[in-house]
Amino acid sequence: MAPSFETLRDENLDDDDFDETEVDISDLKEKYDTQMEQGFDTFVVIDGLPVVTEDQKPKLVKFLLKKLNTAGKTREDLIFMPMGEDGKSLRFAFVEFSTPNEAAAAVRQLDYTPLDKKHTLRVNKFVDIEKYGAEGRVDEEYHPPQIEEFQEKEHLRSFMADPSGRGRDQLVMFRGDTVGVFWANDKEAPENIVDRQHWTETFVQWSPLGTYLTSVHAQGVQLWGGASWTRQRRFAHPFVNLVAFSPNENYLVTWSNRPISIPDDGHPALSLDDDGKNYVIWDIETGKPLRSFAQLEVAAAAPAGDENAPKKPVKNPWPAFKWSPDDKYVARLNQGSSISVYELPKMNLLDKTAVKIDGVMDFEWAPATVQRDGVKSYEQLFCFWTPEIGSNPARVGLMSIPSKQIVRSLNLFSVSDAKLHWQSEGAYLCVKVDRHSKSKKSQATTLEIFRVKEKGVPVEVVDAIKDTVINFAWEPKGDRFVIITTTEPVGATAVPPKTSVSFFCPEKAKGNAVGNFKHLRTLEKKNSNAIYWSPKGRFVVIATVANTQSSELEFYDLDFEGEKPESDKDLTANLQLMNTADHYGVTDIEWDPSGRYVATWASAWKHAMENGYHLYDFKGEQLREEPIEKFKQLQWRPRPATLLTKEEQKQIRKNLREYSRLFEQEDAERISSADVAVVEARRHLLNEWYSWHEQMQEELADERAALGLPADPIAELLEAKTAEVAPGGEEQVIEEIMEEVLEETEEIVN
Amino acid sequence: MRPILLSGHERALTQIKYNREGDLLFSTAKDQHICAWFAHNGERLGTYHGHQGAIWTVDVDPTTTIIASGSADNTIRLWEVKTGKLLKTWDFPTAVKRVEFNEDGTKLLGVTEKRMGHLGTIVVLDIKVDVNAEQSDEKVMTIVCDESKATVAGWSYLSKYIIAGHEDGSVSQYDGKTGDLYYNIPVHELNQQITDLQWNSDRTYFITASKDKTSKLISAKDLEVMKTYSADTPLNSATITRKKDFVILGGGQAAMDVTTTSARQGKFEARFYHKIFEEEIGRVRGHFGPLNTVAADPTGKGYASGGEDGYVRVHHFDKGYFDFEYEVERERHNKLAAEGR
Repeated sequence: MAPSFETLRDENLDDDDFDETEVDISDLKEKYDTQMEQGFDTFVVIDGLPVVTEDQKPKLVKFLLKKLNTAGKTREDLIFMPMGEDGKSLRFAFVEFSTPNEAAAAVRQLDYTPLDKKHTLRVNKFVDIEKYGAEGRVDEEYHPPQIEEFQEKEHLRSFMADPSGRGRDQLVMFRGDTVGVFWANDKEAPENIVDRQHWTETFVQWSPLGTYLTSVHAQGVQLWGGASWTRQRRFAHPFVNLVAFSPNENYLVTWSNRPISIPDDGHPALSLDDDGKNYVIWDIETGKPLRSFAQLEVAAAAPAGDENAPKKPVKNPWPAFKWSPDDKYVARLNQGSSISVYELPKMNLLDKTAVKIDGVMDFEWAPATVQRDGVKSYEQLFCFWTPEIGSNPARVGLMSIPSKQIVRSLNLFSVSDAKLHWQSEGAYLCVKVDRHSKSKKSQATTLEIFRVKEKGVPVEVVDAIKDTVINFAWEPKGDRFVIITTTEPVGATAVPPKTSVSFFCPEKAKGNAVGNFKHLRTLEKKNSNAIYWSPKGRFVVIATVANTQSSELEFYDLDFEGEKPESDKDLTANLQLMNTADHYGVTDIEWDPSGRYVATWASAWKHAMENGYHLYDFKGEQLREEPIEKFKQLQWRPRPATLLTKEEQKQIRKNLREYSRLFEQEDAERISSADVAVVEARRHLLNEWYSWHEQMQEELADERAALGLPADPIAELLEAKTAEVAPGGEEQVIEEIMEEVLEETEEIVN
Repeated sequence: MRPILLSGHERALTQIKYNREGDLLFSTAKDQHICAWFAHNGERLGTYHGHQGAIWTVDVDPTTTIIASGSADNTIRLWEVKTGKLLKTWDFPTAVKRVEFNEDGTKLLGVTEKRMGHLGTIVVLDIKVDVNAEQSDEKVMTIVCDESKATVAGWSYLSKYIIAGHEDGSVSQYDGKTGDLYYNIPVHELNQQITDLQWNSDRTYFITASKDKTSKLISAKDLEVMKTYSADTPLNSATITRKKDFVILGGGQAAMDVTTTSARQGKFEARFYHKIFEEEIGRVRGHFGPLNTVAADPTGKGYASGGEDGYVRVHHFDKGYFDFEYEVERERHNKLAAEGR
């Protein structure tokens, strides 16, 4: 029986003389006791100081102050260095800062700062020392840390080994809600490796060397890889919008439009310091955040005295953080004032200050570590440009890091805009300069090409381009380039203006030198707006993308092995249009990493018409066409750089014939065996069908016979009708004579 | 293959039917008259006037004596082929979407629309294939479709079953005499309407077309789906060719769904598939609106298509069409020829 008020026993009633003090609540108290504001948030403890005597102390304090003031504000009297009984310091000091934030900054920036060869500063928050280091908290006895048993992880580059032995490339396709990774299969349907629904919320992305597949979710970013496609890493950046990897896959930058807001009960990966930040830089190996950054307020104010102020910069340029090719530095532009270069893995500002460049508009790292002529020491290069400010000319500069020396700079006049294009090996830098005439009415473009690897970095000017250059692309690993120009600036017109495509290449020169850049050919009255070079160079696709009127693809060979026109005999290219194709509604184009295939697709992100992909070979021959509902994205899996040396590669190229004979044989065998399988399947289907059909016919005949119906129900009816039309049952023969004129000629007879 | 363009209709075509010999072609459109054409040259034999609304459907009896038509004016009418004389009118409460004669022309079924408080029905009428005979007013049978209305229906071999395709994508098999429902099988995607149902020559199996972009070959006896043909556009019609093992599908995005009226966008093409291998073989362009109906010549010499654009295109196959054979087919034919000798 459930207790009711009447049946309550004495024990259940509240006892008035119950003694509260008897209850032991110490465990609860410990757990739930309010943490009083300790007031020590502004204190840090510095360990690792050298032992000093009372006399030496002021000197050390002064020295410390200098360091400490880079992080926050403190004074000499706020540094307390306790002295031992023997008159020597105890190698540590307490420091008070004016705000807790500064204290935190000091811990972040100064911890592990080397003092000299023997001493390294350790900076900790005072409260942390209290919390973790107080007596009793640290076990007196040493317990060796539990080392988890080593578990072998899957090989993350297993994708390099195609099980079919054909060296196929992988690609990821995102259609509807499903993301699938496939082996590209030439003409046949791609072979599915893994297919998952709702694998990502917005898009997928390969890491630059193809190791990881990135999926993007509201909670953050996840990396997937290995043969079984397990999750490798998680980066919890809430409401992340975009992701960028460092070139060697060591670090990851995530960006969200929404500033991070750390909930009161904390965040699994980020700390309170990250609150309000938009960018987080992560270490991929550890999965830990290295540093976070807030979005920069865009300096909208144009330089004074220049009414021809450059166009308003993009609000949130992406990538905001640009990596040096060896992952050692990452830099961000503070438009108009400076470039902040951070050193990795500590993420501290190089030399503790941003590189001040007045008016800087844009910068770009060289995409490869460049070995300049006559320069032995290690350096990374980036280029930047500044617009005209007052009477100072516009300037393009090449800066060497870490020395911060300007290696080369070029002054330019009447500049309205500039774009920086590095060649993939960093050998050339092309600065596309849009100039206006004095009256500012007409526009012209010049291309200033820096030969970075040559002594003194000579600059060559390719000008005489009257029209606006809307696209520019270097040949990867090569020295040729393609530009697309248009007479009118691309505005919001319904019909985009006609464009011209121009090819440029160097002249032939003696020895290994590269001659002057010369115009090779211009194709006029095109609609093309995009240039896609093969990753191995030589071949290029000129395309019209995201255009409702036209969608042509043109495949060019720049080293055509046929006859060379006389006019080009001094040039290092022989241009030939190999093929044209048309992919209606194409929005994106991508070469596979081996340069064998080109995938083109119409993404449902851009429009809903004929979504799907096409696959072409490098010659422009269409291999496949597959319309897929709600096709969103396709991306080839990148490959890491080859491990073969230059000599080995040369050797392979030399013996190419032998290899290709082998491969061709394999291909032929595979195709014929596949054919056999298809034929066999068809034969089966055919037999199945006809046996069903015959069986059905028999059944039908039997049923007809059983019902006493004639075999042909209509014959009788027709007979009756014919009898009616031609009484007497006589057959009537109707003859029809047709005359056909085969040829007609007219001759005038004299 | 140069088609003959029949431009006798002013509005969208609704159905095309060949007669048994394949020499005549009957077409209906939303413009209230039926046209009869000579298939070989596209000359018009005549028109049949009388309907007061869009005509949805037409069928011709096996001896090409009479034709029946169903219209949005809520009637089924019977006409003499030769003279164009109206022989009989049956009135219904709602529009008639489909009529079909059984194999010996003694029965006619009509599919009536669900509207104005009336459920969709399939009615069966007794027919005397004689232009002078008095036709009975009586409906022999009425099947009420209370679940999902029938959009198309037809008679199986021996008039044994009535097969109906429904708005919800299912196919039903009814007894041809009693109207009892035997099976109702969802063969197409749910609520993707079945738009057409056509028979092979002996009515043992049929092909459906659906808005779900597929077409299926189904056995009449047990409603087993034997083949599926996938297209990339909603289908309005499908037919089975004679002589060659092909099927022809017609469709295209409905005019209201097309945002840009580019011909390539709408996919207004007749698609040929191999009946047994389910592979697409070819396409025939020409219409500049969705194809509403396709019909194969019973003699296997050609096909005709009717589009939303108001044109009928009559095609006569070239030699290449007849020569085209899969390797295994050739193998089989050679074998049969050898055995026959």
